[in-house]
Amino acid sequence: MNFEIWDAHTHLSGVPGATPEARMAALLAAADRLGISRLCVFMGMTWHYDPTPELLRQANDEVLRAVRAFPDRVFGFVYLNPKHPQASLDELNRCVRDGPMVGVKLWVALRCDDARLDPLVARATELQAPILQHCWLKITGNLPGESTPMDLAALAKRHPRASFICSHTGGEWARGIRAIRPHPHILAEICGGDPTAGITEMAVRELGAERVLFGSDAGGRSFASQLAKVLGAEIPAAARQLILAGNLQRLLRPFLQARGVRP
Amino acid sequence: MTARLAAPRVDRRDFLKATAVAAGVATLGRAGEGAAAAATVGSSELVDTNVYLSRWPLSRLPHDDTAALAAKLRSAGVTQAWAGSFDGLLHRDLASVNARLAEECRRHGAGLLVPFGSINPQLPDWEEDLRRCAEGERMPGIRLHPNYHGYTLDHPAVARLLRLAAERGLLVQLVLVMEDERMMHPMLRAAPTDPKPLAGLVRQTPGLRLMLLNAQRTLRGPALTSILGAGEVGVDLAMLEGVGGVAALLAGGVPLERVLFGSFAPMFYFESAVLKLQESVLSEPQLAAIRGRNARRLLAAGR
Ligand SMILES: [Zn+2]
Repeated sequence: MNFEIWDAHTHLSGVPGATPEARMAALLAAADRLGISRLCVFMGMTWHYDPTPELLRQANDEVLRAVRAFPDRVFGFVYLNPKHPQASLDELNRCVRDGPMVGVKLWVALRCDDARLDPLVARATELQAPILQHCWLKITGNLPGESTPMDLAALAKRHPRASFICSHTGGEWARGIRAIRPHPHILAEICGGDPTAGITEMAVRELGAERVLFGSDAGGRSFASQLAKVLGAEIPAAARQLILAGNLQRLLRPFLQARGVRP
Repeated sequence: MTARLAAPRVDRRDFLKATAVAAGVATLGRAGEGAAAAATVGSSELVDTNVYLSRWPLSRLPHDDTAALAAKLRSAGVTQAWAGSFDGLLHRDLASVNARLAEECRRHGAGLLVPFGSINPQLPDWEEDLRRCAEGERMPGIRLHPNYHGYTLDHPAVARLLRLAAERGLLVQLVLVMEDERMMHPMLRAAPTDPKPLAGLVRQTPGLRLMLLNAQRTLRGPALTSILGAGEVGVDLAMLEGVGGVAALLAGGVPLERVLFGSFAPMFYFESAVLKLQESVLSEPQLAAIRGRNARRLLAAGR
């Protein structure tokens, strides 16, 4: 197959199933119908804005179950809460260093320009794990701990060797793209918003195709609406392939090699 | 495969191949029929009930000129597209907006683009706009944007407008929202239209045929089914989300004959709606109903 699609962003919520394995199977069944071969998954069956160490472990345990059920198709990202630095470091070591997870997911517990993120980013960088940070710019008002793309730019400035993913491209992507543009080690992941035409064209124009990632945010979104952002964009075929799989393969190369997966 | 496949997307073939491989050879026909895919089945009808002409006021969009949009829709296998005008959101001279819309449809999309004029019941003598849409331009329907025109559905003019539209046999498309409330321009925040009064309005307006566009972001579950059940009311797919969303919608009690294909192009990537038909497991009769039969029936009922 010369045209792979890897999804950088899915969840175990919003899909039917009583167990992580059942929900992962439901996600994969829908992904199959659109030719999406691999999924990154993070956070548990129930979501918490500001999880305690216990809830973090529970969420990551559920993701571990989903990954172990489908080891050839699913990559896990470990969910951390920087308000609990030691517990988060422990989770990072447990789930990524000791395997099989490949990246870090940060959500809305704490704005990501906070100094409490620094030790987590440093450790993730040692482990060569990319850090995917939820970012949104809401005219209706962000949650207290919800990061903007500007916050991520500030964090990235302090960690030039780390690898960051700006999830949702900041929601309001026309500003989000500008906010991360000066920082080549931040990739724009285009999932989670409406399939408004122009997002992918602007991201490719301003960041270069090698800095744009496909993700769906399924089950919160459909695979279809998000995949349309790439398949419907007026961009060269080579750019499309980078966005749909090539960039994520490059990002995860250390893990893929360690596991003998040929990207 | 038809010549339409050669359209701008150079890797369409590869995508279909990838899809077919992933889905298994047995479903190759379905994948082709369902979706991206619209393009692979030359004879199958596809009616897009939700497109816009002219310019979105806040940005340029790919395909925001009529010729480009018509070419895009044709290349994707669309056989008919019901078109409103972005100008209808903010322009006050709606008579000229509607005349231009009709002219653009004729010039660039004869046989493809069907004009749906904008009516603003807050404007003096809006009844004349309605008359011109029906008698002058012979439009089959109108499109309403209450949240851009500053009224709610419990305003007395709405009941009157729906009644006059029904009397003239006009299909009414009501657009609940144009974009995600969280990302609106700070100078142009238009909260989604509250659909609550709709079930009552539908019940008290005999002969009304109504379509809800961009509804499924804010209107779901029992609130949606109760409005659909109040009369001849359909809903499009543009803002439907969720894994296997179309199948879930039907499983959730929305009658098949009330679900119509709508892309919201060029605001949304056209492919979004079409891929939703592929993501869900749907039977051939279900696909045929959503792709065109329901729309054709709704339009014909007014004639
Ligand atoms: Zn998400």
